[in-house]
Amino acid sequence: MAKQYEAGVKEYREKYWTPDYVPLDTDLLACFKVTGQPGVPREEVAAAVAAESSTGTWSTVWSELLTDLEYYKGRAYRIEDVPGDSESFYAFVAYPIDLFEEGSIVNVLTSLVGNVFGFKALKHLRLEDIRFPIAYIKTCGGPPAGIQVERDRLNKYGRPMLGCTIKPKLGLSAKNYGRAVYECLRGGLDLTKDDENVNSQPFMRWRDRFEFVAEAIMKAEQETGERKGHYLNVTAATPEDMYERAEFAKELGMPIIMHDFLTGGFTANTGLANWCRKNGMLLHIHRAMHAVIDRHPKHGIHFRVLAKCLRLSGGDHLHTGTVVGKLEGDRNSTLGFVDQLRESFVPEDRSRGVFFDQDWGSMPGVFAVASGGIHVWHMPALVTIFGDDSVLQFGGGTQGHPWGNAAGAAANRVALEACVKARNEGRHLEKEGKEILTTAAQHSPELAMAMETWKEIKFEFETVDKLDVG
Amino acid sequence: MQHQTAGDYHTQHTLETFGFLPRLSQDEIYAQINYIISQGWTPAIEHAHPTQAFDHYWTMWKLPFFGESNLNNVVAEMEACHRAYPDHHVRLIGYDSYTQSQGVCFVVYDAR
Repeated sequence: MAKQYEAGVKEYREKYWTPDYVPLDTDLLACFKVTGQPGVPREEVAAAVAAESSTGTWSTVWSELLTDLEYYKGRAYRIEDVPGDSESFYAFVAYPIDLFEEGSIVNVLTSLVGNVFGFKALKHLRLEDIRFPIAYIKTCGGPPAGIQVERDRLNKYGRPMLGCTIKPKLGLSAKNYGRAVYECLRGGLDLTKDDENVNSQPFMRWRDRFEFVAEAIMKAEQETGERKGHYLNVTAATPEDMYERAEFAKELGMPIIMHDFLTGGFTANTGLANWCRKNGMLLHIHRAMHAVIDRHPKHGIHFRVLAKCLRLSGGDHLHTGTVVGKLEGDRNSTLGFVDQLRESFVPEDRSRGVFFDQDWGSMPGVFAVASGGIHVWHMPALVTIFGDDSVLQFGGGTQGHPWGNAAGAAANRVALEACVKARNEGRHLEKEGKEILTTAAQHSPELAMAMETWKEIKFEFETVDKLDVG
Repeated sequence: MQHQTAGDYHTQHTLETFGFLPRLSQDEIYAQINYIISQGWTPAIEHAHPTQAFDHYWTMWKLPFFGESNLNNVVAEMEACHRAYPDHHVRLIGYDSYTQSQGVCFVVYDAR
């Protein structure tokens, strides 16, 4: 019998709470941490989240009857307690794949973290994880090159790559900036980086920076015999400016450019990633603004979701924090999203904050970038935590060396290679780190000086956003 | 003398991974070969004249040693390659077929 139209307001749970539903392999699944207003039943809040992030609105409308909402609606299908937190709960929602435009992370996020986050019945809402169905992943371009191709292009094997953000981050002239790049690269770094807020300011216009940096790279390659690069930041006010800068970097023969995916936005990012794939250019991704979105344990979007979205939108490197440096980062949680960047399959693992099995299929991997307040003493821990498929970036830890950038770079390179060699020999890096570095420093006055300079610096504060445990 | 030159960093011409370490001893090289074997990777040897060291492709010494699990055989091949091309760099590779990349790659004989 055909349905009849009944105007009015119904409880969300009548239609959107479906505890018997078995999710399809093609469904996009989401886990939200929900904190409702007092007195509202969990099922009703969960159903409201499912409704407001998919087909629902607050009132019944007649035009619903012109379609099959049973096919299109999102469904809250499970509720779980949050360990150690009686106020909040996890709501699992399944969305049919046809709710989303193919290859559009923009569209996915507009639905899942759109209006629903301002919904009055909610006190807080946090998107903890998304399971992207492989059918959807196959519609996304992903990393322009990926880990394997980047290693081949840059000829870097069997170790993490070494990088450094050029400092001071603002105010240098283009020629002096290129000097700092050259010094780092001739000293033994593989890559240097524009700071995220270096775009094209009055003190250094982008074209001048690109030209001097290109000369620095070519000279360093010639003198060292190794392949080098610098992430030229093409993040700009408009897509037109962004592509103009990217084209010029390519003209100069540069291997890699850079973009800020959250402030620039996913539309810009996906477009630029496609351009990079077409033009044989690597793409480094910075994450300015992420802590605004991901740091509060009860509201916002967890970084593991942003990391998954970036892998789909496209990027060859992504900043992940360092665990040990100056910026926030829980170890297990970080390992959880580092896996999402690099592996082809990641199983559910609540001890790492991973709520779903995630099959990445043939999607290329993204290098994890550890950057922020790290120095040579952290090297054993960094190599252990991040493994080979990472870029370890020492900004102050390179350029703060008493003898300058080149010596600082050499110190880091010696420390890195000593740690990799020791790991391959079966030694325990985190336990024997001091001994490994001290031995290596006997052959490197630059490393000995770096170890002396930074021996007292530690960053030991409690993590604000911890994994939920009882 | 050390204190007079300290602070002046002389650019080094290096050959990528382990280029900043002192020359590996025989035992240290053996340890790296054992690492390749224990990871289930395939050892391989390549060589190139120093003037061509920057190229992506070096010349292969025979085929990669598929299924090789004996350290001594790999060492013997490296030595044979070095004897045949004494003025070439010789590098050791561990091919990882899962990642389609190289898990290990470093120069064992530096011809300079």
